[in-house]
Amino acid sequence: MIELKNVKKAYGATKALQGINLTLGNGKIIGIAGENGSGKSTLLKSIAGVSKISSGSILIDGKPVCRKNAEEIAYLPDADMFYSYFTVQQLFFYYKSQYTDFNETKAKEVLDFLEVSQTSKMKNLSKGMRGRAKMAATLGRESRYYLMDEPFSGLDPMVRGDLVKGLIQFTDLERQTLILSTHEIREVETLLDELVLLKSGKVLAHRQLDEIRDETGMDMVDWMSKLTKAGAAG
Amino acid sequence: MGLDFDKDKPIYQQLIERLSGDIIRGVRKPGEKLPSVREYAIEVGVNANTVQRVYREMESMELTETKRGQGSFITENEERLRQLRDSKKTELVKSFIANVEAFGFSKAEIVDLVRREIT
Repeated sequence: MIELKNVKKAYGATKALQGINLTLGNGKIIGIAGENGSGKSTLLKSIAGVSKISSGSILIDGKPVCRKNAEEIAYLPDADMFYSYFTVQQLFFYYKSQYTDFNETKAKEVLDFLEVSQTSKMKNLSKGMRGRAKMAATLGRESRYYLMDEPFSGLDPMVRGDLVKGLIQFTDLERQTLILSTHEIREVETLLDELVLLKSGKVLAHRQLDEIRDETGMDMVDWMSKLTKAGAAG
Repeated sequence: MGLDFDKDKPIYQQLIERLSGDIIRGVRKPGEKLPSVREYAIEVGVNANTVQRVYREMESMELTETKRGQGSFITENEERLRQLRDSKKTELVKSFIANVEAFGFSKAEIVDLVRREIT
């Protein structure tokens, strides 16, 4: 379980997170949505321990986020974090040297499933192929939590579909939890158990998707835009 | 990828309807094993928790039976299967009647037309 209590984060004068209270249960696929600048990336970075929060606390299974429990979390950043001259194979080798939970066999299975060649250099891959290789490296880790920042952004719909299938196939919800941010809810609608909607660094809503559809009879996008607008008026 | 879903209805309900439809049409036969939760999740492109819920609800509706360690199987209870078929039939006909009544067609002319169209 991941618990955030009154988490705040400021970059200079910019308040990225303004008092986030959130409990994310295990064994689920949870989406983090919100407009650009709503705090999605900062939230994920903070949980991953990549970015230090200004105040509040973040607990992973009851323990504060620190270097030690970084093992529990496999974080996939939005930006390219790799040396561009690496081949995919070298990237895996690098992951193996950094993370004791990296399972090369699984990473290669994901790569095969997504049809990426191991010998390609990262810089020579198309954006779609690079997205797949990054996902294979992340899913290769046997972490309890996968945190993915906009894993589908800028990819064409066919690639997204393949990645969604890869996520279903290669995460085991009996022992793992997947948290991903997206500004396009459509691409992950069928994948998610729960949705956290952010606005201006605050949690606007945290609900189960089927509950929303059941109670409001509304489409997820309509529901989100209604809520976001109401939030702006208030 | 996967299936197309209505955006405003719970996905687990749409999957129950889909599987029930498969049973009524005979695409899935009584006593037949359903795919594993994981297999079906990948096939239709939804999360495994959703499929888990579908299988659980279908079991409580007595449309399937779970055999320990073997998976979920479509019921062989003929009475239950007949009920399923009847309720679908009733649902379709009722919605048809509601539609034609909304346009003000008389019962007699509709019954007459249905009889002619069917033969």
